[in-house]
Amino acid sequence: MFIKIEPRPEPSRAMKYLSPLLAAALMLVSGLIIFTLLGKNPASAFHAFFIEPVNDLYGIGELFIKASPLMLIGTGLAVGFRASIWNIGAEGQLAIGAILGGYIAIIFNDSSGFFILPLMILAGAVGGILWASIPAFLKTVFNANEILVSLMLNYVAILLLAMLVHGPLRDPNGYGFPQSVLFADSAILPVLLEGTRLHLGVFLSLAGVVVGWVFLLKSFTGYQIQVAGLAQKAATYAGYKYKKLIWIGLLSGGVTAGIAGVLEIAGPIGQLLPSVSPGYGYAAIIVAFVGRLHPGGIFLSSLLMALLYLGGESGQMNLDLPSAVTGIFQGLLLFYLLAADFLINYRIRLNTLQQEAD
Amino acid sequence: MNTTPRLQLKGMTKIYPSVIANDSIDMTIAPGEIHAVLGENGAGKSTLMKAIYGVVKPDKGQILWNGEVVSIQNPAHARKLGIGMVFQHFSLFETLTVTENIALAMDDYKSLETLASRIKNVSEEYGLPLDPGRLVHSLSVGLRQRVEILRCLLQQPKLLIMDEPTSVLTPQAVRKMFETLRRLADEGCSILYISHKLDEIMELCHSATIIRGGRVTGYAIPANETASSLARMMIGKELPVCSHEKPKNLGSEYLGVSNLSKSSADQFGTNLKNISFSVHGGEILGIAGISGNGQQELLYALSGERPVEDNGAITICGDPVGHLNPDDRRNRGLGFVPEERLGRGAVPGMSLSDNAILTAHRHGMVKKGLLKFTKASDFAKKCIADFAVKCGSKDDPITSLSGGNIQKYITGREIQQAPKLLIVSQPTWGVDIGAANIIRQSMIDLRNNGSAVLVVSEELDELFEICDRLIVIAEGHVSPSVPVEETSKEEIGLWMSGMFPGGPAEAAVNESEQGQEYHVH
Repeated sequence: MFIKIEPRPEPSRAMKYLSPLLAAALMLVSGLIIFTLLGKNPASAFHAFFIEPVNDLYGIGELFIKASPLMLIGTGLAVGFRASIWNIGAEGQLAIGAILGGYIAIIFNDSSGFFILPLMILAGAVGGILWASIPAFLKTVFNANEILVSLMLNYVAILLLAMLVHGPLRDPNGYGFPQSVLFADSAILPVLLEGTRLHLGVFLSLAGVVVGWVFLLKSFTGYQIQVAGLAQKAATYAGYKYKKLIWIGLLSGGVTAGIAGVLEIAGPIGQLLPSVSPGYGYAAIIVAFVGRLHPGGIFLSSLLMALLYLGGESGQMNLDLPSAVTGIFQGLLLFYLLAADFLINYRIRLNTLQQEAD
Repeated sequence: MNTTPRLQLKGMTKIYPSVIANDSIDMTIAPGEIHAVLGENGAGKSTLMKAIYGVVKPDKGQILWNGEVVSIQNPAHARKLGIGMVFQHFSLFETLTVTENIALAMDDYKSLETLASRIKNVSEEYGLPLDPGRLVHSLSVGLRQRVEILRCLLQQPKLLIMDEPTSVLTPQAVRKMFETLRRLADEGCSILYISHKLDEIMELCHSATIIRGGRVTGYAIPANETASSLARMMIGKELPVCSHEKPKNLGSEYLGVSNLSKSSADQFGTNLKNISFSVHGGEILGIAGISGNGQQELLYALSGERPVEDNGAITICGDPVGHLNPDDRRNRGLGFVPEERLGRGAVPGMSLSDNAILTAHRHGMVKKGLLKFTKASDFAKKCIADFAVKCGSKDDPITSLSGGNIQKYITGREIQQAPKLLIVSQPTWGVDIGAANIIRQSMIDLRNNGSAVLVVSEELDELFEICDRLIVIAEGHVSPSVPVEETSKEEIGLWMSGMFPGGPAEAAVNESEQGQEYHVH
């Protein structure tokens, strides 16, 4: 018996939007099977993983705090992904944003002023843009592959952050620990909801998603980006400036990642550490695709992804699960999504005996 | 005929998920018969031929080969039975020689040398001279077709299927191919000849099966029919004609090309050599030529998709535009319909309405950087109505339309922007007769309103029907222009093989290889 893969004559449009839900459901089922194999009661594991983290107001606040960088970066990356420009460097762009924003916080540590936070965010945006403009420059001038360049720059940025925190930006009174001074209150985002850690940055991220929605779905530039992604020849035919679209596609990811970096250090962290992100820059790639590169979908998928982070922590504490569990769930989600998307466009047929005679 | 039929089809049916491509088709071909399969694009001709050649499996029906029921498994099986097929689109490797390409399709040959001498013998025997040592990329399209035909002939077929073979040939070459086909038929080889060109079928074929919408609508002896009676069977109504009055006053020069030279971006493309011509308001200029002679490169240069170094080599409405990109050229009055519809002229995955924005955005669809979707859908609705685009609604994905309707929509989108200069490439390629008529008429109407129209086409009939003047492109050179009334298809056909004043054939007359290629009786 042979298996044959053939394109479907008419891929279902409804399934394109349902496939993330299907992928999430399959991820859940597989996860529960894994829990069972690990000797855990699946019902209590499910509760610990998916219910307990968000069964109070504080938990929901945590959910949004985790989702905030994911939705912001995911929206920025979606701009590039829609144009088939693959920025894999958000993690590094986030780190550079955090470095520049954190530097502002450190040098103004003794002063207080309303200008410090906006200046930090601006610095973070500049940092992200700078880091993303390296692959953009190399791609537009030398046609270098932006996937490789942006990916490798992640390691440079993360090591740069670690080096600075171990060296020049280390807190002189910090007993040699690799961390900066604690930021002054004027460099910390205000908490907005009593009894939670929900801070202003979450709302800035939500605003970013709305801006992304208008840009991608309502603006002419967003339209051009989509044309370039669907059919580059059509973009050339219409005379759209492809290089400009490359810059926009890469820098939008950079600017959102840079700002997200600042919102992290000025929000829940409150100082510069050798690591300021548990992989948000990578997870945001999954968020963008699970959200169908649509800001509304990205908002929802960022909440799901945030829940996986929280569930992973809760699972470690309550169920003695290994810390890899969050990564496993992320991987399952992406795997099922890619499989579902593949099966929307293709179908698998078992060859009949007659055809086998070939 | 008293002999067993060479091939007999009984109730052949092929159902695709969205369409019944063949609906119980019966057909009989005797040995030595040249049998036409006549039908419009999308009528189901190709599906039927692929079923005979073993490329697709019929869902129902029988194939009788020399009186015996056979189930043809795949093309190799078909070849073993003695069925050869020359496809509309060639499958040759450009970097290999003729011999090597043919060897790839042969199951048994002793050595490349013996195969080469066999190719030479067979090719001369059938009046299709061809040097077996030449690399395929150096061959013209007509010669490439010869390779495909020879590939079949070497297997001594009992049935040869030819899918729209004349679309790549000059009128003179068509006549030569007919001689070859008649000879093959005299030797007992049956020929299935697929075409929608009525005059060819009346000249060549002994009998015809006419297909419309997947069903047989008639069997005919072409010699006893008229073009209009065949057309009625093929499209169900009379052949429509365009109304084409004499041009009124010529306007000013809207497109000027002077001494345009450009080397091709494609390794096996054609370099443009010192091209000059102009198009004025109120006229339609046609560019004839066999495909692959520089049309692609010329159109890329004119549209701005590949700008040229010499800014003054191309002018639109008097402005030098050689450096400008397509967007800036459109702002100066250019409209352009490329021959690739999906993926270049239109964006697959977008609706009709969104596809209007692609080039028509400059007509009030963008305000402060944001799109005005109501303007776009109004534009799309008007385009659908004026150009009789068959679709569900303006929000349908463009990929749900047939090729002809996509072409009508793209042409409509460009014409509705009232361009001063409209460039159209292969306006009616793969378009059914009704749609072709709408497209041709709309280009004539645009000319009558004072715009300049440039049409690049391989269909001489079409060019003679709509154009005021013609030029010919051959190997990257263009001929002087000639008014349509003062020339004939024969003369243009000669020019298409490079034989025009200052053309490439004059320069190459001493080269034996070239002389062979351009050898014309």
